[in-house]
Amino acid sequence: MSIARYTAPAIALHWLVALLIFAAFPLGVYMHDLPLSPTKLQLYSYHKWLGVSVFMLVVLRVIWRATHTPPPLPQGTPQWEITVSHLTHLALYGLMLAVPLSGWLMSSAKGFQTVWFGVLPLPDLVGKDKELGKLLTEVHEALNIILLLLVGLHLAAVIKHRFIDRDTILQRMLPGGRNE
Amino acid sequence: MNKLLSALLLCLASSAGAAEFKQLLPAESSVTFAYKQMGVPMEGRFGKFNAQLSFDPAKLTTAQARLDIALASLDTGVAEADQEAAGKLWFNTAAFPTASFVSSGIKALGGNRYEASGKLTLKGRTLDIVTPVTFSTNGAKGAFDGAFSIRRLDYKIGEGEWADVSAVANEVQIKFHLVVTATPGKK
Repeated sequence: MSIARYTAPAIALHWLVALLIFAAFPLGVYMHDLPLSPTKLQLYSYHKWLGVSVFMLVVLRVIWRATHTPPPLPQGTPQWEITVSHLTHLALYGLMLAVPLSGWLMSSAKGFQTVWFGVLPLPDLVGKDKELGKLLTEVHEALNIILLLLVGLHLAAVIKHRFIDRDTILQRMLPGGRNE
Repeated sequence: MNKLLSALLLCLASSAGAAEFKQLLPAESSVTFAYKQMGVPMEGRFGKFNAQLSFDPAKLTTAQARLDIALASLDTGVAEADQEAAGKLWFNTAAFPTASFVSSGIKALGGNRYEASGKLTLKGRTLDIVTPVTFSTNGAKGAFDGAFSIRRLDYKIGEGEWADVSAVANEVQIKFHLVVTATPGKK
């Protein structure tokens, strides 16, 4: 039986964004407590560049998703699974936009403009404001914890489908096969 | 009509000549700096500085200025960075508490534009600098405005790991806005 897969751009964007998030998240946790050094400044910049890249790529993903129908789910998928997966995906999209956005605003509030790859300056949407900076730091952290939990749920679902249900849900998002 | 005009001009010329600016008003003045960190423009200021000067636009040859900046008053807007900047690798304010500029000459460039040259001493090193300056008067007050760039490594500002200019750029722009008051000129 041939498996209906996502389109190649959708698969590429999914894994690229996943890779960037898996780099940016631990980097963000690690860099936070470092003493001030050139390395710290560099890591903060790399983290911010990764975050802006995630945001840009997710905007592309949302546009692609809105204009391309995903492959159908296996027949007999229970309604509750469909509902939960749709809600989880919706929340993941929202968080993949909201997490970088909160980081960008936090950075502006703390008085550090974001300059993508050190070349493209992003406007400061909020001015320098210590209290707002603290608040946005908490928002950025809270959103990341929710993102972490939802990614965990996403991965748990993959394991369930692959090893318990033994269906082809995961294959839909894997590269390599022919899209028939 | 012509007489009136020449009388007016004379009046203006003599009033300008009578004004000698000597007293700095620190509260109305500012000395700020701008640099790039990982390509990101950053700004900071010095909170405490003082000047001894005598400046009469009509007598530039005798004009002189000395500006002293208390380096411990450096304010980047980030407490962690301020602490680091006071340390040995940066300004080493314990050993070198003051940066000073001593003028050696001022040249008229036309209008209210001038070029000031002098020596900047920072962290025990003294180098020649030249900066454009504009001078404008407002009632009894005058204001010097100008900006010039230095390379921080010329003064060993940021040693060791901080000598890496890819993190904190070498070029630092210093901007000054110095408000001074006129004292009646001695005739």
